[in-house]
Amino acid sequence: MSFYNTLEQFDHFDFSSFFNSVSDDRVRDCLTKEYLNAYDFLTLLSPKAGNHLEMIAKVAQKKTIQYFGKTIQLFAPLYISNYCTNKCIYCGFNHANVIDRRKLTIEEIEKEAKAISSRGIQHILLLTGESRQATPMEYLLEAVKCLKHYFASVSIEIFPLECHEYVLLQQAGVDGLTLFQEVYDKVIYDKVHLAGKKKDYHYRLDAPERGAMAGFRNVNIGALLGLGEMRSEFFFTGLHARYLDDKYLDTEVAVSLPRFNPAECDFHPEFPVNDKTFVQFLLAFRLFFPRAGITVSTRENAYMRDHLIHLGATRFSAGVSTSVGGYAQHQDQSTPQFEITDGRSVEEVVSAISSNGYQPVYKDWDRAI
Amino acid sequence: MNDEGLRLGDTTFTNRLFTGTGKFASNEIIPEMLETSGSQMITVALRRIDMQSVTDNILQYIPDGVTLLPNTSGARTAEQAIRVARIAREAGCGKFIKIEVITDAKYLMPDNHETLRATETLAKDGFVVLPYVLPDLPLAKRLENAGAAAIMPLGAPIGTNRGLETKPLIAMLIENSAVPVIVDAGIGFPSQAAAAMEMGADAVLVNTAIATAEDPVAMGHAFSLAVQAGRAAYLAEAAGQSVVARASSPLTGFLD
Amino acid sequence: MLLRVNGDSQTTAATTLEELIQEIGLKTESLVVEHNEHIIRQELWAKTRLQDQDQVELLSFVGGG
Ligand code: SF4
Repeated sequence: MSFYNTLEQFDHFDFSSFFNSVSDDRVRDCLTKEYLNAYDFLTLLSPKAGNHLEMIAKVAQKKTIQYFGKTIQLFAPLYISNYCTNKCIYCGFNHANVIDRRKLTIEEIEKEAKAISSRGIQHILLLTGESRQATPMEYLLEAVKCLKHYFASVSIEIFPLECHEYVLLQQAGVDGLTLFQEVYDKVIYDKVHLAGKKKDYHYRLDAPERGAMAGFRNVNIGALLGLGEMRSEFFFTGLHARYLDDKYLDTEVAVSLPRFNPAECDFHPEFPVNDKTFVQFLLAFRLFFPRAGITVSTRENAYMRDHLIHLGATRFSAGVSTSVGGYAQHQDQSTPQFEITDGRSVEEVVSAISSNGYQPVYKDWDRAI
Repeated sequence: MNDEGLRLGDTTFTNRLFTGTGKFASNEIIPEMLETSGSQMITVALRRIDMQSVTDNILQYIPDGVTLLPNTSGARTAEQAIRVARIAREAGCGKFIKIEVITDAKYLMPDNHETLRATETLAKDGFVVLPYVLPDLPLAKRLENAGAAAIMPLGAPIGTNRGLETKPLIAMLIENSAVPVIVDAGIGFPSQAAAAMEMGADAVLVNTAIATAEDPVAMGHAFSLAVQAGRAAYLAEAAGQSVVARASSPLTGFLD
Repeated sequence: MLLRVNGDSQTTAATTLEELIQEIGLKTESLVVEHNEHIIRQELWAKTRLQDQDQVELLSFVGGG
């Protein structure tokens, strides 16, 4: 069994006639239910539900507070390599791009770790491009070992691995796996991933599940919104999250809603997601899966993020650099993977969270305990 | 959030537990119970004298400073209730009146219709009217318009100790009433009183559960604590909600 | 003279409310007296004369919820 079996059931599903059949009453029904099924979730993703955002927001806020309290967990991403063998047409690290390729040495990683942890950050997300040659297992394990000295929790966002490899990383101290399918639509998937190991749709689709089997405490999934028809894409993200949650009781599932920022990106997505739709998706997911984490990165600007605090976000990156070696060295920054639009420092993000009446949480988990 | 007390007529009650004088093993317990519970309002009933035996004067057990709430128990029509109310006022019991009209001897359900009629007259007459009713939102609105000072919905039939059986209906009253909601009847345990206060009731009236406890004095104290706890919980929640309202009036307004 | 006292017929020699109350032997301090549907305060009991077929209600406050 794979999540693919669930996906297949929707191969011939007519999303647009489903959306056309959604009534205001049907939307309202979903707001009072304790447990939402897949079709309730889809109802909340419908254009019709977009007319009821405020009502949905009230419920989403209540559920979020019920499950998470008024807290926002903080983490920082750390890019240690931008070598990549894939050609994803939407990404700055794409193999075909002529950019300055860098990979940090363990000493450099340590410098970055010092710089980040000195700002109070306790949860780190280790990122690489996707290149087994440039960043082999031994290197990754070394990097994790180094980061464990500086952070309470280490997560990874790297190329998909075999289950036994995830086990090694888990044993080395990795708590969380972040891995985005990017796009659930197979045809589009094939079109935007021109070359490299990433062309293997199924290998990627099952990777979060391999991570859950390997025993990671958190698995964070997502679709890069804009690549495929957005409502169905986010619908599948939600189903994927629930699939993992149902099957792996000891894994905490979280989602991200990364989207293209049209102003900052050379790539023009076919299905751009505007702010209102973005918020609708986030709210719908909160109702569908009240216990799940929702990670909001600095792809979203400060204005959006400050408002999302009240609507269901639970995890923010803060004081972010998305280029390799971006924290310790100030000159000579390499190309970022994506442009960040919330450039505030950790302190500024923390004070924004506090002034919104929420508590910023630096550390919500420590393996040592 | 500070509790400013419950205002009924010209009187402010800082203690939100109202008590009753019925069913005590000995009336001598009443002043002590009032002391430990801190209750500031207590019900009394008016009856024809029993010529055969010496009747105890219940009023002598109620200290000054505790407001008397005569009830109209025994009345089966609005007219009878009105008469009892007037007699009570003439007899020096003050302006408060709990209208209790019961035509159903089996379940002792209040007769909402007669109660509304009595309320209309007595409110005009200058009484502080507290009608005891089966929770019914449209009726509550009518009582409000007729000048009721509060609505007293029952939690469960009188004396049953079954608690908040009418909870969802009472919740509607709390959400929509302009006047205070005082849960009366059916509350058998402090936890039920706390639950009523926690959901936003303005006060509870407890008689049987205190009067018939092994130790009514201690039970009065227990109820008082429960009412305070429930009220504090309600206010804590309300404070949280007001922060939200201040921070972001409509949650999605920022998208416009 | 025949009165209705608390709903029952009662023959009495009393000519005022006060005499009636003494005749029945009631403690007075908690008594509420209604004479032909009018409340009569204690000061006026002696002055209130009774007539045949008058209705008298003798009430008092008791315990109640
Ligand atoms: S998205 Fe990932 S795999 Fe694709 S080019 Fe960028 S770094 Fe490489």
